[in-house]
Amino acid sequence: MTVVTNHKWRKAKNMFMQTLTFACAILVVLPLVLVFYHLVVSGIGAINWNFFTQLPKPTGELGGGMANAIVGTFILLGIAACIGVPVGVLGGIYLAEFGSKLNWWVRFAADVVNGVPSITWGMVVYALLVVPLPEPYRGTTGAFDPQSGVLTVTDRSGESHDFTVNDTTRLHLGGDGQLNSLPKGTDVIVKFHRGAGGVSVADSIGSAGWWRVFMAYILHLHNTVSGFSALAGGLVLGLMMIPLVMRTTEEVLHLVPTGYREAALALGISKSRMIVQIVVRTALKGIVTGVLLALARVAGETAPLLFTAFGNQGWMYKVTDPVAALPLQIFSYAISPYDDWHRQAWAGALVLLTMVLVINISVRVMTRDRYQAKG
Amino acid sequence: MTQGDSPTTSAAPAENISTPGRGNPSRGPALTVKNLSVFFGTHQVLKEVSIDIKACSVTAIIGPSGCGKSTFLRSLNRMHELVPEARMTGEIRLFGDDIYERNIEPVIVRRRVGMVFQKSNPFPTMSIEDNVTVGLRLNGIRDRATLAERTEQSLRSSALWEEVKDRLHKPAISLSGGQQQRLCIARALAVRPEVLLMDEPASALDPIATARIEDLILELKKEFTIVIVTHNMQQAARISDDTAFFYLGELVEYNATKKIFTSPSQKRTEDYVTGRFG
Amino acid sequence: MAEKEKKSGESGLKTLGGPQYADRLFKWLTLVMALSVFVLIGLIGWELTNGASPAMRQFGWRFLTGSDWNPVDEKFGALPFIFGTIVTSIIALIIAVPISIATAVYLTELAPRWLRQPLTMFIELLAAVPSVILGLWGIFVMIPWLRDHLYPAIQKVFGFLPLFQGPIYGYGILTGGIIIAIMIIPIITSVSREILRSVPGLQREAAYALGATRWEVTRIAVLSYAKKGLFGAVILGLGRALGETMAVTMVIGNAPQIAKSLFAPGYTLASVVANEFSEATSDIYVSALFELGLVLLGVTVLVNIIAQILLKTFAGPGVKPQH
Repeated sequence: MTVVTNHKWRKAKNMFMQTLTFACAILVVLPLVLVFYHLVVSGIGAINWNFFTQLPKPTGELGGGMANAIVGTFILLGIAACIGVPVGVLGGIYLAEFGSKLNWWVRFAADVVNGVPSITWGMVVYALLVVPLPEPYRGTTGAFDPQSGVLTVTDRSGESHDFTVNDTTRLHLGGDGQLNSLPKGTDVIVKFHRGAGGVSVADSIGSAGWWRVFMAYILHLHNTVSGFSALAGGLVLGLMMIPLVMRTTEEVLHLVPTGYREAALALGISKSRMIVQIVVRTALKGIVTGVLLALARVAGETAPLLFTAFGNQGWMYKVTDPVAALPLQIFSYAISPYDDWHRQAWAGALVLLTMVLVINISVRVMTRDRYQAKG
Repeated sequence: MTQGDSPTTSAAPAENISTPGRGNPSRGPALTVKNLSVFFGTHQVLKEVSIDIKACSVTAIIGPSGCGKSTFLRSLNRMHELVPEARMTGEIRLFGDDIYERNIEPVIVRRRVGMVFQKSNPFPTMSIEDNVTVGLRLNGIRDRATLAERTEQSLRSSALWEEVKDRLHKPAISLSGGQQQRLCIARALAVRPEVLLMDEPASALDPIATARIEDLILELKKEFTIVIVTHNMQQAARISDDTAFFYLGELVEYNATKKIFTSPSQKRTEDYVTGRFG
Repeated sequence: MAEKEKKSGESGLKTLGGPQYADRLFKWLTLVMALSVFVLIGLIGWELTNGASPAMRQFGWRFLTGSDWNPVDEKFGALPFIFGTIVTSIIALIIAVPISIATAVYLTELAPRWLRQPLTMFIELLAAVPSVILGLWGIFVMIPWLRDHLYPAIQKVFGFLPLFQGPIYGYGILTGGIIIAIMIIPIITSVSREILRSVPGLQREAAYALGATRWEVTRIAVLSYAKKGLFGAVILGLGRALGETMAVTMVIGNAPQIAKSLFAPGYTLASVVANEFSEATSDIYVSALFELGLVLLGVTVLVNIIAQILLKTFAGPGVKPQH
């Protein structure tokens, strides 16, 4: 048989590239293996009944657990789902079932939003929900000078603060803990009480903007909703979920054969009913797996929770309290100087990673069955 | 080897890759196939096919869809092995050499047996020139003069030279469909294969481009052995010397084209060529 | 009887009104939900700009060029963070891109068929590892190893370059780059794999038919065809690298400085916000952090837009219609 002159060289090159790329694949897989190995080795020691049931001990004391962090993560995921699932699924339904020229832009925007750094999400929700509200001004007294338009409020500690009041005929003015550094002329909102002794501030709602007014009214801010809260943490995770869920829902709905839709419409069923009861129901498994994947993804997020949920050494009693979360706890324990906390950090990481991996693996197994069933 | 007065081929240069069978009809059959059976998993696609393909001639493979003709063609250059569960039994010899012998690699076989596909597939990131020479460069031929010479030769052989000689550096996809197909033929010819396999090469082209390809094939058979799969019986009748009729994985009849189309010996053949089915 | 029919005919027509309203309402509802992505974009941009505006007004462009970050003295220069973000991202790309693309090639072209699915799944699981866990591993496992083994070796060989001089702490800019690389490899690999898989089989067959070896087929028919898409995958990885927060924060050393050596500690835009935001005492401090976040957002969004355009318009070089 005639032999091509450079054949041996080409064969060698082929083998070389095959080996090289294989080595790279191994290099990629290596960190996951190493991480999991170390998690198990370093963390398994601290995994015991206490870990799952006890609260963290005060700084420096040994023992304690991460019960609140584990529960907290679930609470946050629950709140996140309430926001992310309806918006994401309904949005995905629009993209798949109604569709228009807009679709390309929506998908594009969703993909871009997906790439926004998670910490900026935290800053956004911080500005929305967390900005501290005026504790000091509750139940204080004040005096209002209509000529200069200056409202002087004296807080509990005896300090006076001057606010510019823009609209003297409106009963809603503003007071905010940060007010002394707001530029002059900013609208502020304060509910105050004209009484015999002058003006007393009954409620402070926060600095201007229709958003704050809106939030104030719907949350009945007699107690401030501000400050770090599970609500804020859940909101940030929920917002992050929206583009993820929307895209996966759309993909899954596209897989439903057109035949189903046509058969339903031909029976005289209305379009919206057809979509909800037939298409969505057929694709339900896929939608659920998409939601689970999104939840697994946000469950591991730490950065956005740093200044929304903030963390809590104890239990969360109401949804407006700060709440502990696994990633947060892992982070603060990891950077602490205490060995016991380091071990607990490993344990927490093991629990978190197991949770995330279990969801991811079972989702993949479930979707593989689906494809195989389709043949 | 008559070449001097043919307008489509220039004088053959010295070969540095020996090709014993090209252009020499007296060397015996180009391909001898004995009891070839091909399985995809448990499904048997070809059943005990035995056939001798003559050198320097055009052999047409016809039959209804699903009869295994494409699989047969691909077994001749071991391309069917790209499918994971493919298995074959039997023997195929190329000018006497067993192409399925244990230590023979498909890469070597495909150097001697070239292929043109139904849908033209020039490499879009390469120029016309680079497309033609890619096979040569892979084989280590780097000398610019040789490459340029071979480019012109191959493009002349595929009746494309006059149309592209001034724009060899342009991207291959700037050509029309018919031109692209001829470029693919040139690409296959550049490595001087002994056999050229063509899988419905003109089915995606308009009648004028098809006619050009058919003329080309008639020219090429002077130098190359051509096996062409076609579902167009008129085409088979026009350009081929011998025709093989396949049905449901079996070779039903193989004979001179004239005989197949005027007085076939098998009833199934007759039914097919008269259009009663398929 | 005729009257009965007429009645049912009428009522049949009448009921059409109901479902139509429901349909319209449903369509409107889902449309609003879909439009929420635009709201989200607007919201992020708006809130960050809002929060950053006091600082922007006070410092102007000096903010971006100043290299002094001293909140106590109210000095806010963003340059060390911009520097840190860029350098760690570049290091991460240098490490991650060749490995990722080589792996994607292996997965789609060169690996034995039985290995492809499991290996792909394994790599996608790596993408699911939370950043903080990788950071944890980075602090307690990777850093000691780097500090005691790899870095001294590098310094021995390359110490003549100012890049590799200076004290070795283990944490630092190079470590930050390495850990970002580990985080972005899975995503570049996944996207590259999708791109390579979408190259038409016909291209590969053309190369095979010419007698090309498996690697040659990959080189000629697949990689050059997929160039644009692969570039998009890389840019996507860059976007991810820029925004990476937790793992970097835990290993970079958190020093707002611009140093010549890769072994020196540094700081990134995301890290400084993560570390200092909840401790920020004055409003101008908070606003300065917002401005850092705005810079980060701007750069990341721009990079992501470029990546998405590349990925969405990649269809391979087109084929002209026949004539």
